Amino acid sequence: MTKQLQVRRGSYVDSVTLMQVSRRVASLPDVRGALVAMATELNLDLAASMGFEVPTGTAPSEMLVGIDAESEDALAAALTELEAALSQAAAPSATGFGSAPAPVTVGAAARRGEATIALISTPGPFAFADAVDAVDAGLHTMVFSDNVPVEQEVALKRRAQETGVLVMGPDCGTAVVGGVGLGFANVVRPGPVGIVAASGTGAQHLMTLLDQAEVGVSHCLGVGGRDLSAEVGGLSTLRALDLLADDEATEVVVVLSKPPAASVAEKVRAHAATLGKPVLFALLGPGQPTVTDVAAEAVWAVGSSWTDPEPGPGPAGAAGRPGGYLRGLFAGGTLCDEAMVLATGRLGPVTSNIPLDGGRRIGDDLASEGHTMIDFGDDRLTQGRPHPMIDGAARVERLLAETDDPDTGVLLLDVVLGLGAADDPAGELAEAVVRATAAGVPVVVSLIGTRDDPQGLDAQRATLERAGAWVHLSNAAATTAALDLLATPEATA
Amino acid sequence: MTTPLRPLTTPTAVVTAGASLLADALDVQGVTTLRVDWAPPVDDTGAAVAAVMGDLRRRAGNALALERMLAAEAALVDVRPAAEALGLERGQFLHAGPPVTWERASGPMRGALVGAVLLEGLADTPEAAERLLASGDGVTWEPCHHRGAVGPMAGVVSPSMWMFELRDEVHGTTSWCSLNEGLGKVLRYGAYGAEVIERLRWMNAVLGPLLQHAVRAGGPVDVKAIVAQMVQMGDEGHNRNRAGTLMFLREVLPAMIDSGRPTKDVAEAVRFVSGNDHFFLNLGMPACKLQTTAARDIPGSTVVTVMARNGTDFGIQTAGTGDTWFTAPANTPEGLYLGSYGPDDANPDIGDSAITETAGIGGLAMATAPAIVRFVGGSVPDALATTQRMYDITVGENPAFAIPILEFRGAPTGIDVTSVVRSGVLPQINTGMAGRVAGTGQVGAGLVTPPMACFTQAVRALADRAPAL
Repeated sequence: MTKQLQVRRGSYVDSVTLMQVSRRVASLPDVRGALVAMATELNLDLAASMGFEVPTGTAPSEMLVGIDAESEDALAAALTELEAALSQAAAPSATGFGSAPAPVTVGAAARRGEATIALISTPGPFAFADAVDAVDAGLHTMVFSDNVPVEQEVALKRRAQETGVLVMGPDCGTAVVGGVGLGFANVVRPGPVGIVAASGTGAQHLMTLLDQAEVGVSHCLGVGGRDLSAEVGGLSTLRALDLLADDEATEVVVVLSKPPAASVAEKVRAHAATLGKPVLFALLGPGQPTVTDVAAEAVWAVGSSWTDPEPGPGPAGAAGRPGGYLRGLFAGGTLCDEAMVLATGRLGPVTSNIPLDGGRRIGDDLASEGHTMIDFGDDRLTQGRPHPMIDGAARVERLLAETDDPDTGVLLLDVVLGLGAADDPAGELAEAVVRATAAGVPVVVSLIGTRDDPQGLDAQRATLERAGAWVHLSNAAATTAALDLLATPEATA
Repeated sequence: MTTPLRPLTTPTAVVTAGASLLADALDVQGVTTLRVDWAPPVDDTGAAVAAVMGDLRRRAGNALALERMLAAEAALVDVRPAAEALGLERGQFLHAGPPVTWERASGPMRGALVGAVLLEGLADTPEAAERLLASGDGVTWEPCHHRGAVGPMAGVVSPSMWMFELRDEVHGTTSWCSLNEGLGKVLRYGAYGAEVIERLRWMNAVLGPLLQHAVRAGGPVDVKAIVAQMVQMGDEGHNRNRAGTLMFLREVLPAMIDSGRPTKDVAEAVRFVSGNDHFFLNLGMPACKLQTTAARDIPGSTVVTVMARNGTDFGIQTAGTGDTWFTAPANTPEGLYLGSYGPDDANPDIGDSAITETAGIGGLAMATAPAIVRFVGGSVPDALATTQRMYDITVGENPAFAIPILEFRGAPTGIDVTSVVRSGVLPQINTGMAGRVAGTGQVGAGLVTPPMACFTQAVRALADRAPAL
C-alpha cells in the first residue's frame, strides 16, 4: 500500500471542481482514497481522517493532493489521471499576442464587458467582498455561496438599494432572468408568471410544474432563505417585487417562501398591494398548500387550466415491504420538507437531518430510525463533497444500504434535472433502483425537470421507469403515492 | 440614497466567480461568461477585506481620489537650492523611502549619505563621514516624502543641492526633486568618489543656476504635458525617459542660450542634459508626487498614495490612512546587469521613483515602452499583459496619459490595496539596480514588485478604521 500527500502552491481551483477531480481519481482501480482539495481547516481535518500527515503551516491557499493506493503503479496512474483532470479544469488562459489576461476580481471582470449580472459562488467567508464588488459595479448579483454572515447579507442588500440592483441570495441556488438560468435552473418556456423565491428547489419545482402546464415564467428571482427573516426584513423580496411590477412580461407574481417573520409579512403584503399586479403568496410548511397546489393556483391566475401531471405506470400490485418504514432520500431541501409535512400528517413524526417541528433529529451517524427522510443537499452533508444534484454517489450508496435494511418499506427519491445538475442523474441511480425493486422495496421518484432541460425529461423518466421506479412529476403526488404503498401502518414512531 | 432599479433584461454576459460548473452552465445557454480568475484573499486577510469592502465610504472615496489625481497639474516653476526651497539646514538630509536608521541603512543609502556629507563639507574623508553619520552627532535625515519631495534611488538631498520645484495650482501643492546626475557612478546609486562629488559641485555651480534662469525667464514648464507626450513616444517614465528629456530640453534651451552665461557653460549643460536619458526622471517623479498627493487624506479610500523604498524597507501609504507607513523588507529586482555585475551584487529595491507607478506610469504603463522590455528582462507580450493586468488592481484610467498600443487607453491609475490583497496581484515596478556595497553605483536594471506585507498591513489598518457593518 502506498500513501502520498503533496502540498501544491500557487494554484486555486474551486471546491466543486476539486471534489469532482477527487472522485475521478478515487474511482480508479486499486486507489483506496483520494483527496484533492484546498487546504482549508475542514479539508485538513478530512486529510487527517484519511490518515495523511499534513505538514504544519499549510495555508488555505495551498492545494492538498493525497492519494492512498494499493501499489506504486496504481499511485502513478492516479497521479496521471489527476494531472489530466486538473489541466482540464484550469481556466482557459489568454491566447494570442496582446490579449488581456483573465480578470482577477469581480469588479475587474465587470469592467471588461457589458455584463448585467454577476454570479458569485466563492467560499462563504469571502463571498461578501466579491458580491459588494459586483453590486458596486451596478450588476444584479446572485450569491450562490452559503455560510455568509447575516450582517453581511443585510449590508449587501442595503448597498444594492444605493446602486439600483437586486441581490439574489446568499445561499440562492436558482434564478431565471429573462430566460437565462443561473445556478441550478430548469429550462422553462417564457411566459407571464414572475416568481420571487426564498427556496431554490421549491422554485425549481414550481417552474417545472408551470412548464408542464404550458405556462411560462418571465423571471424567477431568488432572494435567499433568510430574506424574509426579521433581521433581513425582506430587503430583496421588496426589490424583486418592484422589478417584476415594472417588467412588461410579468402578469402574475408568485412569492414562494417559508412563513416569514410576522413584521416582514405585513410589510411585504402591504407593498405587494401597491404593485398593480396580482401577487400570490405561497407559503411552504405544515398546514400550507403544496408546491403543486401553488402551481395550480398560478396557472388558473393567468387564465389557463390546470390538470395534475400524469404519473408514470405504477408498479403492478406492488406494496411496500411489510412492516417497513418510509425512507426518503432527497437532493432538494424544500422537496424533503414538503414530503415530511405530508408524511407526518399520515404517519406521525419523521426522523430527519432537517426535522420539522416535533420531528426526530437523526443521529450523527445518520442511521435511519423509523420513518426517515434525509436531505443530502443540507450544508452539513455537502461539506467536502459535491452537492447531490451534481454527483449522485452519496445517494446511490445510501439507496443500497436502505435496500439492505429490512426495516425499509418504501423508498422515496427526488431527481432534479436542469442546468448545473449532473449529466445523467437517473442513470447514476438506475442500478440501485433495480436492486431495491428486486429486493421488494418499491421506489417512488419525484422527477423535477422539463423537456428542454439538458438531460431531457422524457429520457430521464424512461431510464427511471426501466429500472422499475414509479415516476411522478409532482413531489406531493410522489409522496402521497409512496405513503399509499406503505404496508399496513402498524408502523410506529 | 436610492438609485432607480436597473430593469431586468435577458443577460448577454454574466460575470462569474467561483464554481466553474455554474459558469459552464451559462456557456451552454450561449451567454458570454466573464470568468474571474479567483483566489482567496492573501495571508488570511478575508475578514479585513470584508470590513474594508463593506465600508460605505470606500467607493465614493476612491472615486474622489481618482478625480483628484486626474485633475492634478504639474508645472516646473523654479529651480533653487534645497536650503532655500525646503529650508534644509546644515546637517539635515533627506532620503528615499520610509524612515531608516544608520544601523539598518543599506550600502547604497550609506554611500549616498557619505557623499552628501562630503559635498556639504561636514567631513573630509569617507571614513570620517561614516563615523559622523554613525554617531548621529549634528546630522539628521528623514524621508523626502515627509517634506513633499521625492528622490530617485537613495534619494539623498543635502542643503546645497539644487531642486526642481513643481506646482499643482489646482490643489495648491508643491513638490521637489533634485537634478539628475546621469548614470553609472553617481551619488543616488551610492557612489561617493571624487568624480561624483566634483559633478555635484558643478551641478550646484553651473547647471542649477542656468536652469533657474531658464525657468524664471522662460516661464513655467508644463511637465504633465511632457509626460503625456512621452508615454506616446515609447517612454514609460521610470526606466525610459528619453523623449521626455529631449522635450524638456527643447522647452528650456532658448532661455539657456539667452542667459548671457559663458557659452562654454551653456554647451556643457546642454551636453550633460541631452547626454543623460534619465534627466527627465527627476521632473516626472515630482509631477507624479503632485498627482498622488492630490489623493491624500480621503477617509475610507483604499488608493495607494506613496510607494517608496530606502534599500532596506519598502513602504506604502494610502489615502485613507494619512501619513502612516506600512513597511516590509524590500525585494531585490530581477533583470539584466551591467558589465560583469550579477545578482549577488544587487541591493534590494531602493528609491522614491516608484511614485511613477503610484501615479500609473512606469511599470504600470509597461505596454507603452516596448523598446525597453529587453533591458529590464521582459518581452513585448509580457509588457502588454502587465499593463492590462494592472487595470485590474487600479481604480481608474488617466486619459491624459494615453497608451497608443492599447487603443489609447489611459494609464491604469490609483492602485487599490483591496484589489491587490484580494487577487494577489502586485503592482509592477521597473527599476534601476544599485550595487549592494557602498560606493559601487548602478549595477543593472530590472523588474520588481513590492512585498505583499505592505498591502496586507494597509488593508488591516483600513479595516480598523472602517465603521462596523
